[in-house]
Amino acid sequence: MAVMCPPAQYPGLHVAHLKEALARVGFWALVLALMAWTAFIFFWMVSLSLKTDVENTAYPPVFIPGHLNLSNYVEVFQKNPFLQYMLNSMIVGVGSTGLALVLGAPAAYGIARWRRYGMAMAVLVARLMPGISFLIPWFILFRILGLSDSYLTLILTHMVVGLPAVVWILIGFFEDIHPELLEAALVDGCGPYGTFLRIALPLTLPGLAVSAILAFIFSWNNFVFSVILAGPHTRPLPVAVFNMMSFEHVVWGPLAAAGLTVTLPVLVLTLLVQRYIAVGLGAGGIKG
Amino acid sequence: MTEPNRVRHASVAWAERHAQFFFVGPAVLAMFGLIGFPLLYSVYMSLHKWSIVSTRPPVFTGLQNFVQALSSVQFGEAVARTLYYTALAVMLPTLLGLVSALVFARRFLMRGVLRTIFVLPMMSTPVAMALIWQMMFHPTLGVLNYLLSLVGLPPSVWIFSRRSVIPSLVLVETWHATPFMMLIILGGLASLPVEPFEAATVDGATAPQKFWYLTLPLVWPYIMVAVLLRTIDALKAFDSIYVLTQGGPGNASETINIFLYLQAFAYYQIGYASAVVLLFFSLVTGVAVLLIGFRRGTSWR
Repeated sequence: MAVMCPPAQYPGLHVAHLKEALARVGFWALVLALMAWTAFIFFWMVSLSLKTDVENTAYPPVFIPGHLNLSNYVEVFQKNPFLQYMLNSMIVGVGSTGLALVLGAPAAYGIARWRRYGMAMAVLVARLMPGISFLIPWFILFRILGLSDSYLTLILTHMVVGLPAVVWILIGFFEDIHPELLEAALVDGCGPYGTFLRIALPLTLPGLAVSAILAFIFSWNNFVFSVILAGPHTRPLPVAVFNMMSFEHVVWGPLAAAGLTVTLPVLVLTLLVQRYIAVGLGAGGIKG
Repeated sequence: MTEPNRVRHASVAWAERHAQFFFVGPAVLAMFGLIGFPLLYSVYMSLHKWSIVSTRPPVFTGLQNFVQALSSVQFGEAVARTLYYTALAVMLPTLLGLVSALVFARRFLMRGVLRTIFVLPMMSTPVAMALIWQMMFHPTLGVLNYLLSLVGLPPSVWIFSRRSVIPSLVLVETWHATPFMMLIILGGLASLPVEPFEAATVDGATAPQKFWYLTLPLVWPYIMVAVLLRTIDALKAFDSIYVLTQGGPGNASETINIFLYLQAFAYYQIGYASAVVLLFFSLVTGVAVLLIGFRRGTSWR
């Protein structure tokens, strides 16, 4: 019996090991599946943009291009005023972000300092409503005002998307400032506006940066407002790419190159702000 | 203690007493100007027969636009399609988001890098990605059908048939939206208290038991926030659908958003479209109120 005992224990141990090993394999299979699902589209975008037309229409598909071929990118920039579209997107993005900060930072400070959280909910209305429901009256009103195909129209409308994100992110940052610091500034005669400009604002520089990046991304990605309100002179990248698609939808390489050029800056910026995305997209507005 | 040595003008003192209005006011005014006023204008337009291509002035028609919308088969179908699309585009990202949040809540090799890559779809430009999906959906040359053939599945016609167009569009939306769900639920998982789990382990609870009786109820409020925002976004979905199908084939993917867009900017029926905007807005608000109420109910339990 004494000889039998140890072997009787070992199988149990083996099963436990095996179970653990299986669980680990299963976990990594899940990780792999999730990552493949996420990354494949990006991989395919890069692949399409680097392949020749022959490779792109081959079946079975060519996954890794035979040699490095940048002609698709050259074609995008040569055949289209792509730099102009980029400049348009930059102007509208920077303009709407700047305006969202100028309006949003004091608002977030006021909401955080005087606990006016109802106001944060009011901003939520902008988040709630389908963009297209503003678009119809805007289309009429901006035409009446003679502001069709103008940067101002795009800057103002894109700001509507950026402002809520700026407010929600900055409320959190302003709440984190120690109240005694602000009281001390008031006692020293800074006044409410001086306290905001000289004490609170410099302390929230990281928050300002994060919210600026998010507002800029929202503007850069915006399609629905621009497709109606932009004209030939102000057309930003997403609309330009969409128009390219309607005309030359058989030629995949240049389209993929254009798509990647449009979305790459956003992906790089996303790396910087990933911790705050959920808050900026409204998760901060509803909690509590 | 000491008086401020600067002599303050009465108006400055007044402005400082009411500082909170000056901080919040401009943003609220800007939002009212850009959103509130246009919406009121929509109400006005919705009561008129108004086409922007004709030179005739708007004619007051009362509630006729609303009657026309509510009795129109096309609008009814658009509502049904929107609800079908929304149901799928909420369920799939929620499930996948929950699974991936559970994955990323554990410590493992390269977790930070992989999570960063995983988050990228949510911020990527929808129009740019829709181009790639369009190419991947191609029935004969598309890579998706090739991948299906590799695992022995029959090819699909994806966005090119009435039956499969909405599930295919939901696939695109799921790709974009899952990271957002993951991030919110992951935030919930990170805030979970440790003690109940330790106690459960001592009591010999299995992993599935811990998930059902502890993890899920505790992160439920976070899941509900995520579901609420996802529902609103799914109802609002426009970019991918418009770029990929423009409501087609036929009108098989014509959701309310696309229907609205076509009425206003293809047929120029501004009055009618404004009435639909208001109906759509009440639908979105109704769904949001319902979900917020539901969330209140569950979080007090």
